[in-house]
Amino acid sequence: MIMSISILKSGVLDTVQDKGRYGYGNLGINIGGPMDVYAMKVANMLVSNPIDSAIIEIHFPGPQILFEQNALITLTGADFSATINGEPVDSWKPIVVKRKSVLLFSHRKAGARCYLAVHGGLCVPKWLNSSSTNLKAKAGGWNGRKLEKGDELQFGETHLYFPALLKEKSVHELPWSVDTKSIYQYPNEIAFIPGHEWASLSEESQERFLQNNFTIHPSSDRMGYHLRGPEIIACENTQLVSSAVSFGTIQLLPNNQLIILMADHQTTGGYPRIGHVITAHLPKLAQLAASDSFHLRPVDVATAEHALVSQEMELQIINHGCDERMKNAICLV
Amino acid sequence: MQAWIEKHAFEGLKDTIVGYSSLSILYDPVTILRKQKLKSTAYEFVKSILESSFSASLELKSDNGSEIHLPVCYDEMFAPDLASIAASKNFDREDVINIHLSRVYRVYMMGFLPGFAYMGDVDERIQLPRKDKPENVTAGSVGIANAQTGIYPLDSPGGWQIIGRTPVKLFNPQAIQPVKLKSGQFIRFHRISTAEFEEISISQMF
Repeated sequence: MIMSISILKSGVLDTVQDKGRYGYGNLGINIGGPMDVYAMKVANMLVSNPIDSAIIEIHFPGPQILFEQNALITLTGADFSATINGEPVDSWKPIVVKRKSVLLFSHRKAGARCYLAVHGGLCVPKWLNSSSTNLKAKAGGWNGRKLEKGDELQFGETHLYFPALLKEKSVHELPWSVDTKSIYQYPNEIAFIPGHEWASLSEESQERFLQNNFTIHPSSDRMGYHLRGPEIIACENTQLVSSAVSFGTIQLLPNNQLIILMADHQTTGGYPRIGHVITAHLPKLAQLAASDSFHLRPVDVATAEHALVSQEMELQIINHGCDERMKNAICLV
Repeated sequence: MQAWIEKHAFEGLKDTIVGYSSLSILYDPVTILRKQKLKSTAYEFVKSILESSFSASLELKSDNGSEIHLPVCYDEMFAPDLASIAASKNFDREDVINIHLSRVYRVYMMGFLPGFAYMGDVDERIQLPRKDKPENVTAGSVGIANAQTGIYPLDSPGGWQIIGRTPVKLFNPQAIQPVKLKSGQFIRFHRISTAEFEEISISQMF
């Protein structure tokens, strides 16, 4: 059966994302994709989807979503106090919902981005090999825009069948969940590799940078986090010719404050590159919200690569575990 | 060099981006470390590929050398900043237009927006810095910022001094090649009237 969901009420910014659009940076088209790629991948694992299937990234205030048919879903990432038909449901766990169920989010408890995956994966036409929404280009994802009231999105065909689980209740949480402690622990401790222009900072500025906390300004969004913190001053003339920047690049703006470029950043930039947040810490950073504070800690390339490799290994273990559990659950039915 | 890298792509290569005087490589360290069974970091591996490919890439002939002609209408309705540039440089509007038309520009890099080409070098006599505050700019607008000239492929906020508009769609997400220009190409502008502008605009709708 083809599944679909309807948006009963739109949220502030809900977009379709997959792993992102790689290979077009040289045309000025950025990668985009989810802010928290870890939560997005685990969401797909929990509902037995291919790991890069299209999901919905939800910000708070979130949408109201109607499931037109029975569905196997999960919520990962931020905790927005989700309820289905009024019943609170946990994150990081597979959930079977009955047709005509309604999902909504009442308040932001923790984190900044929540991911909804539905078994079968979202069916949206790909643009340049990706289902991610590019809001600036008005292309990709769901008609190149955020989800609005009345949108009806379809999912791929399901091969799982859970009617027995729904005999008594309209919502059934399956009895396993993913432990994310190792990924999101020490949320206010973000590691970075010093960048090309780190050395152009005055010694006092380098010290202030490492000793102090930075706070995320409310103007921050999917393009970048504007930081408020100690004044950082470059002592050399730092007018640069533009070059590529990436998700996690820490730039020094002319007002002596920092910006960290996030998923929807421009492909190129000309501000001094003070550093780069390590890829393994981008999920943590993506779950920090406006007015959260954190500390930036320098590491070397080997440490950064090691952190990413261990994260990848953990993802593989989670994937295997999810597969096994789901197979057994199907046997039970 | 970028062409060489793309031709000799290694496993784990994700994207390449050309800057004014740089080439950036996006790679997946996990894939590289798994494939190469390295003692060093993936970063060192990619760095060594780039260093050894540099001389080899010099022998690769660039196929971007062709000249591309782009029509631009400099009429007042499309050129909100032309009068102020002319005034500040003690020129007529016509002088500024002719100076802008007199050169073939090189696409140094693509960035900022999908399909935005950074071109140069603009004649010193008509160079002007960016505006202090970005304004809303219409797709197709041709701007100047210091030694650079560029065309906005989309409606967007922007700070460049706008002196004309091209009817040619430089970014079309539905096209097989969504972006018309690429870095390394040479661009020559030619002047068209408002009537010709409308004609080309309409012809592109079908």
